[in-house]
Amino acid sequence: MKDSLSLLARIPAHPDSRCWFLAWDPSGTLLASCGGDRSIRIWGKEGDDWVCKSVLGEGHQRTIRKVAWSPCGSYLASASFDATTCIWKKSQDEFEVRLSLLILTQGWANRLVRGLHLGREIVWQAMNAHEIGGWGVGGGEGSDWIKCCSGLWDSAACSACRTALIAVWCIAGVVCSGADPSWKCICTLSGFHTRTIYDVAWCRLTGALATACGDDAIRIFEEEPLSNPQQPTFALTAHVPRAHSQDVNCVAWNPKEPGLLASCSDDGEMAFWKYHAWIAGVLL
Amino acid sequence: RVPCAGEPGHGAGQSARDIIRTIRDPEKPNTLEELEVVTESCVEVHEIGEDEYLVIIRFTPTVPHCSLATLIGLCLRIKLQRCLPFKHKLEIYISEGAHSTEEDINKQINDKERVAAAMENPNLREIVEQCVTEPD
Repeated sequence: MKDSLSLLARIPAHPDSRCWFLAWDPSGTLLASCGGDRSIRIWGKEGDDWVCKSVLGEGHQRTIRKVAWSPCGSYLASASFDATTCIWKKSQDEFEVRLSLLILTQGWANRLVRGLHLGREIVWQAMNAHEIGGWGVGGGEGSDWIKCCSGLWDSAACSACRTALIAVWCIAGVVCSGADPSWKCICTLSGFHTRTIYDVAWCRLTGALATACGDDAIRIFEEEPLSNPQQPTFALTAHVPRAHSQDVNCVAWNPKEPGLLASCSDDGEMAFWKYHAWIAGVLL
Repeated sequence: RVPCAGEPGHGAGQSARDIIRTIRDPEKPNTLEELEVVTESCVEVHEIGEDEYLVIIRFTPTVPHCSLATLIGLCLRIKLQRCLPFKHKLEIYISEGAHSTEEDINKQINDKERVAAAMENPNLREIVEQCVTEPD
């Protein structure tokens, strides 16, 4: 397990500030980061190094909390504590603000779920989910669900929460009339994280599940090879205890290159990792 | 549990106590220590790594008013974040039984996003700065 997640590079993406979020573009060649310094940076690889291709600094008056790429890769949406969303259009290597919208939610996020936890009932709202086919759910005993993402299969989703639990959900057998399927929790991973889990990312290429935790660590889980799909078991396959010097806020798998993971932290840094999957106890 | 002199965490606990005792109340011209919002025993310290400590504060607001409790929580967090001289994780709670909606308040004051957004609000920030700034 010690060698399965190796550090490729560490970059001070948003110096003297916090890096809140990362998003790969659909081609996997660009990475957008955003942070407390009110800027978005677009990163690309030149040779072996990650370099900052653009700084989008004029769009927001406060912290930028999240960014998301459109499915076509030509537009970037950013959401800020200034209560606006900017839509940026890419032309050549430059980005310009096309539209600034006074709304509180984003357009093309591909991890799309917003859950409203009303007591013990679960009400879900998927935004633009039909474009990508992912739906997310969550719930629990009064705990806060922070993040959901759709998994390798359209019918599976994963959520992370404040009380350091990860839950894996799948669509329950019977499809109800109407658009909303019903979901049941088929697995809970507890005892691995020691503080709030801020992000969870399920790799569509490999099925590996990465988590970003407030204990400064990154962990990777994989479903056990022979586990029952109705009651899966997950094993911890990588654990980097001091992945960053402060809370890890976001983890993002590259959509084209298997095993390439980006992470970012309250310390303003961004890191790139290579994950080597295990099969039958042998490191690949 | 409060570490004794000589035990790891004792210095850490003392640093935390010294930092919070002089924070001023948002409404009254007194410090949190004078108003007994914070006391010696309200600081709990646990070693969680090499030279890293988990600091837990349990404070008792003077009045059971939501917005003041969250404001005090914010002041505690900001000053400790700025002044603690060691690597730390911070948890701040209203002492049990001190408020009817304490679960909600505890969630708010420990929500990193809300804290960051609050400090970008110029009015809130101004109040916090006045409460945490040491007089010359």
